[in-house]
Amino acid sequence: MLSTYLPALVFVALGAVVGGSFAVLNQVLGPAKSKLVATGDPYECGLPSEVKQGFRFGISFYLIAMLFILFDIEVVFLYPIAVELRAFGTFALLETIVFVVLLMVAFIYVWRRGALEWK
Amino acid sequence: MSPILAVVGYAEPWWIAILKSVIIFAVALSMVPVVLIVERKLLGRFQGRYGPNRVGPMGMMQPLADIGKLITKAPFRPTTSIGFLFILAPAISMITAVAAFAIIPFGNVVDIAGTPVGLYGIDVGIGPLYLFAFGAVAFYGIMLGGWASGSKYSFLGSMRAAAQLISYEVAQGLSIVGVIITAGTLSLTEIVEAQEGMWYFIPQFVGLIVFMVASFAETNRTPFDLAEADAELVGGYNTEYGGSRFASYFFAEYLNVLIVSGIATTLFFGGWLLPFGIDPPTWVDPIVVLVKMFAFVFFFIWVRATLPRLRYDQLMSFGWKILLPIATLNTLITAIVVVAID
Repeated sequence: MLSTYLPALVFVALGAVVGGSFAVLNQVLGPAKSKLVATGDPYECGLPSEVKQGFRFGISFYLIAMLFILFDIEVVFLYPIAVELRAFGTFALLETIVFVVLLMVAFIYVWRRGALEWK
Repeated sequence: MSPILAVVGYAEPWWIAILKSVIIFAVALSMVPVVLIVERKLLGRFQGRYGPNRVGPMGMMQPLADIGKLITKAPFRPTTSIGFLFILAPAISMITAVAAFAIIPFGNVVDIAGTPVGLYGIDVGIGPLYLFAFGAVAFYGIMLGGWASGSKYSFLGSMRAAAQLISYEVAQGLSIVGVIITAGTLSLTEIVEAQEGMWYFIPQFVGLIVFMVASFAETNRTPFDLAEADAELVGGYNTEYGGSRFASYFFAEYLNVLIVSGIATTLFFGGWLLPFGIDPPTWVDPIVVLVKMFAFVFFFIWVRATLPRLRYDQLMSFGWKILLPIATLNTLITAIVVVAID
């Protein structure tokens, strides 16, 4: 059974070979690394760079990530029941509807509380 | 054994499996420059100019010249970057894109010189989940690349990319549940076989629309290329990348466009099937799939030449407030109709 996954391993290995060689090709084929200090500066337009590690970012990104976990689990749970829906018939259908309606209640709550508004 | 883990695909002896993987990989690798030149030529025509026409006949060698230029650049990285992650991130993008390509079926099991061979990388009982798994890891390629660059433009680009990718992944995942309910299987070759009577873009038209819109966002293509947004973020997550590492990102993006085109072909447009009961010999199957894939690639380029980029808050509210409810409703209605017909 696991032998059906063998090509996936081959693809990952081939991707690693190509990706890995692209990551170091410049060192091999390109001219030597420039001695100029300015080439080590991150991109900036006009002003001198003020870059420090540990940026801060908006809380909205964090909220979206939490909502993603909730709704992606909904998707993952729907896959197995979608495969077997015909076999189980009305019973599975009712279960699915209850499941989705519960999640939609949560979705409407999140929406009404303004978590989906981008600030 | 539970049905979702059941063996569906035909597994060849190991040496055939490796051989066909290398061949499919070579095909994928050689299709990317074709997509590149087609896109640049078409964009030129859409905008009333010639596009590249200097290197080779009609400029057809331009992508090879570009790759040659990129891999002979001097290596550099910002002093603020985190070296290990900075180098690893483009390789992650490349690995996941190549690995996801394995799932696209170019045909069913055929007889080649007396040996049955499946014309697909893998055909497993988890089908689309394999694709989403690698899609989720591809997110790290973009996220780590922007974060490890140590530049504010890259950082903002990668944060945007992260939020955008996970938001549209939900809608993309939900949009194909309708197809799975109708076909009753997760194996991509069985889904194609189930479309013998009617291609799924007719009963699952809503699903197709949601899938395509979400796919544009997942592959960072216009009008959803907020992660790159040249006008405001310079280049987004790949601002600090140059040379062969940039080529790696670029390559992965176009490979992802091909993969999404292949999945749309498989799930909604009947894979290798032809309409009106035309039944060509099996060696035509991969050509049919490739033609359909390139029709989708053309659609991607067409949209890029037509639509302006969205604003970021519009992007997020579109994904959550419009696509997600539509995809959920589509799933429920499909489920009710399928059970009612049975």
